[in-house]
Formats: sequence, structure tokens, C-alpha cells
Amino acid sequence: MGWAGPMNPLLDLRLVFVTGKGGVGKTTVASALALFASQRGKKVLICEVDARGDVAGFYEAPPTGFVEKEILPNLFAMTMDTEASLREYLKLHLRIPVVGRIGPLAKAFDFVATAAPGVREILTVGKPVYEVRERHYDLVVVDAPASGHVIGLLAAPQAINNLVKVGLIRSQTDWLLEILSDHRTTGLVAVCTPEEMPVNETVELAARVKDETTVQLSAVVVNRVLPELFGRQEERVFDALVAPEPSAKLDELAGGDAGPLLDAARLAVTMRRTRSTHLDRLRQGIDGSVPLLYLPYLFTRSHGLRTTRQVAASLGEELGY
Amino acid sequence: MPGGRDGPGGSGSMDGLLATKEIVVACGPGGVGKTTTAAAAAVMAAVRHGSKVLVLTVDPARRLADALGLDGIGNTEHRVPDEAFRAAGIKPRGQLWAAMLDTKESWDALIRRQAPDAQTRDEILANPLYQNIAGRFVQSHDYIAMERLYEIHADGDYDLIVVDTPPTRNALDFLDAPQRMADFFSSRLLRWLIVPYRSRLVNVATRPFYQIADRILGTEFLADISEFFILFQSMYDGFVDRSESVGRLLSDRRTTFVVVSTLEAVPLREAEFFAEQLTSRHLHLGAIVLNKVLPSYLRGSESTALAQSIKDGASALAAELSPALTAVDPSLGDTDQIARVLGEVADSYLNFQVVALREMEERSLLSVIPDVLVTVPFFDTDLYDLRGLMRLGEQIWD
Repeated sequence: MGWAGPMNPLLDLRLVFVTGKGGVGKTTVASALALFASQRGKKVLICEVDARGDVAGFYEAPPTGFVEKEILPNLFAMTMDTEASLREYLKLHLRIPVVGRIGPLAKAFDFVATAAPGVREILTVGKPVYEVRERHYDLVVVDAPASGHVIGLLAAPQAINNLVKVGLIRSQTDWLLEILSDHRTTGLVAVCTPEEMPVNETVELAARVKDETTVQLSAVVVNRVLPELFGRQEERVFDALVAPEPSAKLDELAGGDAGPLLDAARLAVTMRRTRSTHLDRLRQGIDGSVPLLYLPYLFTRSHGLRTTRQVAASLGEELGY
Repeated sequence: MPGGRDGPGGSGSMDGLLATKEIVVACGPGGVGKTTTAAAAAVMAAVRHGSKVLVLTVDPARRLADALGLDGIGNTEHRVPDEAFRAAGIKPRGQLWAAMLDTKESWDALIRRQAPDAQTRDEILANPLYQNIAGRFVQSHDYIAMERLYEIHADGDYDLIVVDTPPTRNALDFLDAPQRMADFFSSRLLRWLIVPYRSRLVNVATRPFYQIADRILGTEFLADISEFFILFQSMYDGFVDRSESVGRLLSDRRTTFVVVSTLEAVPLREAEFFAEQLTSRHLHLGAIVLNKVLPSYLRGSESTALAQSIKDGASALAAELSPALTAVDPSLGDTDQIARVLGEVADSYLNFQVVALREMEERSLLSVIPDVLVTVPFFDTDLYDLRGLMRLGEQIWD
């Protein structure tokens, strides 16, 4: 394939966790990444960790369950369900077939999981990692928990390793760790917006990922970047335009009050400027080897397949395709 | 006696709500300015009502320190110094205190309080499972937040406590946390777990569970679990009582919930879901705060037509405007450049208008209407110092 420029290796990974502070567009980016990879001909699974999430909605598909379903060509989706995952885990790894209702066992397991954090997370993380190990898909994208909680998920196999000395679950953590720690296979993508708090949280997350997990931070996606309205000289023109006489002239020539238009443009310029200071902080706070990918602000506030396609296209461009 | 009833409030304003309640729980989806709104409400109550106000953040991401411009306030309550207010040109009538929740520290404090004796206390604090629960476990965070709120309220030091919470999906957990903790300690399964090892395989009912659990987790780990629960059981009564008290406090008349959202579709649906949950649990929905709403001048239909005509006639307009601009600065006469600026101004207006109109549509579709419904405009700068919090606070106040 004749590409001149280097492409970001993100799509060479086989397992990508997507996280971010609430409200920054984590699920949008996860959905768009999965869609873009599937459009490139990869067989992709998107796995939603939060059972109350709505990944399917981003493709305008009916809600998904634990069983993977092809919702667009090459694109499969599933929603995590700890009970179903436990059942599958017992059958596949421990060769314990559970027939009939698993309810009481799952409930018991729930209590153990409450006492031993990491056990529940193992099931959550175990399913997508298993799909990667078995090579059922070219790429598995996990719409992971928000940045406050993703560390607990990614560090779970290590935590279990430290906590549980023997037993089958212990032997299971070895292959989980191996896949999660392989930087050519697994990566974490942090989504943020160029705003005060999301940037703080992303910088904090990057440090914690490094200190507390073996997973690599593969990219930071900066979402909702506002367009630059004016170049330097154009900005001088704009500043002159809002002065009393030129703006009165504009009103007269255009035949109406252009005040709101000028106010809106000024708001857009200020917003962009405030955001660019946060972007600078982000660049300083993140290891220079982690690529930053920029996605434009979409002036729609809509969501659904159309938006996901738009974001996928922007993401593809940023990745160098 | 809180000095807060002399304001102009009453039913239907945040002023009135904050003057009559003792606990305000701010909740809502992530990224909507919840933490900032909670801080702003607390600042306003301290400044205007002359109350002693505490703002308590339970969010793991430690944003309140940023929002208040304070570094490193920890688990202990910390007074925002008068100098900080003076520097911001504000004269508070009351006091503002702030605290963040350190989960590990709060759990340790709880164990020290509840443990029946020193030996049990030390054994629990040293147990590897306990250390994991206290340090990492997300839901333990929810529980300890409620427990801490209860503790602070019971001490009676504050006229008003404003609590910030994790995003809604967690905030539901956070409402359920006291009940779940009580259920947990009263469960039969817990009793199974702490059955002495030898008698486990004899009991027909529990045998299958143990066989599977042994195979999955290993005997040693199960022994750790048993030890942990046996130790914890000594605090059973204390925990159950406490959980129930915490639950009662949340549904008390002195407690109210403020749901914060933006007018974006996804967060707003989450906020509505949460508001409905509150109502169905008979909890008091005090207010909905709609944050970061774009200014109303973006919605004028006359401006739309004007933007369209400026966009279409940019070149002609630029030529005619050029003299007025060169009068300001002789170097600004390039008509192509002026036309580009006019085009960008018009385009940008039309772009933002799409968003502004959709916001109003979302607002009109709101299914839950509380007594207090506040719309806060979009601020073009970040509000993270006291002055900024006051600016925001004034918007939500009346």
C-alpha cells in the first residue's frame, strides 16, 4: 500500500482500552475507532464494560448483550455481564460446566469479589483478553471504565497475582498479564478535551498507568478541538471591525444588527484561546513519546451513527490513513 | 443558628433551598461542572448566608482542590482562609470549609472506631484483603463517602454540608451503598464463608460452592477471606446500624439533592434518569442546574438571516467596509482578508447557532421539572478561583 507518511501504529495493536473522564466523549471515540478499523477491513469487536452504557446507540443498533453480535459489516459488539462471563470462564478455563441457573453461584462469587477486589475485574478484563488470545478478531476495542476506575481494571491481574498464591485463578492471570503487558499487542487510549479538569485528570492518569500497571499508554485523543477562526493578521482585522465606527458601518451595510455575530465570534476566539493553554499543559504533562490525536469539535450536538462516522473519518486522518 | 433566613429566598430559588437544608448532595453525569457547581453553591452560602459551610468532595479525581485553588487539602476539614476571600475582593459573612475524601484514611478511621478491641483492630488493618478493599475498591469509596457525611453531620459543626459525588452511574451505587453494606453483613453467604474449614465439606448445602470456590481461588485465599470476614463480623452490628442511619439521613427532610447537567443530549438523559430515581426513592429533588448553556444571542432568527447574507455577500461588503477599517489602521485595507474575516464570523455564528438551538430543544423536552430549575450561561473562561466561583454562584442563586 503506497503511503508516503508514517502511519500511527495504533491499529496494529490487537487490544485497545479506551478511557477518559466522564463527558469527554470516551464512548464516541471507542465506537469511532472500532468503526474505522472495521472499515479498513479488520474484523473488530467492541466490548462495552459498563452494562448501563449505550455503545449500540452510537451505531443506532439495538442493545447488545454478552453474546457478540455483528452490528455492521466486520464490526461485532458485546456488553460485559459478570455473571455470563463467570459462566464462560468456568467452562472454558476450569472445565466446570455450569448447567441451569448460575444465580446462586454468581451471587456467592459476587461476595468473594466484594472481599477480593480484582476478582470481578479479572472477569471483565479476562473476556476481551481471551478473545485476543484466541485470535477471534483482528482488533478488540474495550470501552473501558472512566479514568478514575480504569487503573483498578488494568492492574487487576497483578493484584490477584499478589493476593492469590495458588489455585486455578492464579494460573489464569499469567497469560492475562502476558498479553496486557505486551506493548505490541495491547494499548490504552486516553480521551480528553482541551479543558482544565479533563487535562488534569489525563496527566494524572498517564502517571498512574506508568506506575501502577504494565499497560502502555498508546495515544491521547484530544476531542472537541475548536477551529481557529483567524490568523494573526485576520485577528487584527477582526479587532478593528468590532470598534464602534466599523461595526456601525457593518450594521448599516448588512442591513441589521451584526452585534450578536461579532459577540459570537469573540466568544469562539476566547474559547479557543483558553483551550489552547490547556493543550499546552497537556503536552507538557504527557511523555513526549505518546502521540496526541486531535478531533474537531462537531457543531451538531447530535449523536448516532452519522456522528460516529464523522469522528471515525477524522480519527482515520489523524492516524495517517 | 444559621444566619441564612434573612435573604430574599423562599421556595423556588437556590438561595432558599440552601438556607433551609443541612445537606446538599450535588450529583449528575461527568464533565458537566458538578464539582464547580457544588463549590460555587458552598461559597455563596458562606458569603451570603453567613453560615458555616463545608464542601466535601467524594470524587476520586480530586478536582475540588483545583476548583478552590487549594493544594493538598486532605481528609481533614480545612478552612478556606479569609485572606483568600480578601484577595478575591469578597467579604464573607460566614465561613467556608473544604475537605476531600481519602478512602483509605477514612476506612482506617472507621475501623479504629468500630473495632471491639485493639487486637481485632490491628489484625484487620494488617489483613491483605482489607488493604485491598480500603485502597482500591470502588464501591467501598461510595460507602465510606456516605459514612463520612453521616459522621460530619452528626458532629454538628456545620450549618450546611455540600457534597460532591462521582458521576451518576456511580452516584446510583453511592445511594445504594449503605443498604448494600448492610445486606452484605447480614447475608447468609457471608456466614457460609466464615464456616470453619473442616465443617464445610460436610454441609450438603454449601459443599458445591466450596468445591468450586476452592478450585478457582485456592484454599489459602479462601482462608484469607474467612479470616477477614471473621474479623469483620465482630463489627457487624455497628456496621448494620450505621448503614441504616446513613440511609435514613439521605431520605431525611434536611437533605436535598441537586442534579447538575449540561443541555447536551447524552448527559441530560443521564441526569433525567437520576432525577427519576431520586423521586422514586422518595428522596428530595431540590434543583436541577443546567450548566454551560450557550448565550441567548446565538438563537435570534434575524441574526441567522443576517449571517447568511454577510456570508453570501462577503466580497462586496469587504470592499465597502475597507475605508472604515483603514481609518482605524491603514494596514487593514486588504479586501480579501476582510472578506475572509466576515465569512468566518458568519460561519462561526451559524455553527454555534446549531448547537444553541439544539440545547433549547433539549431543555423543552426535560421530563422532570423541580421547584428550582436554574440555567447557567457558558463562561468563556475557566472558573477555578473564588472570584470565578462567585460569578457562577451568582448565576444559580436567585
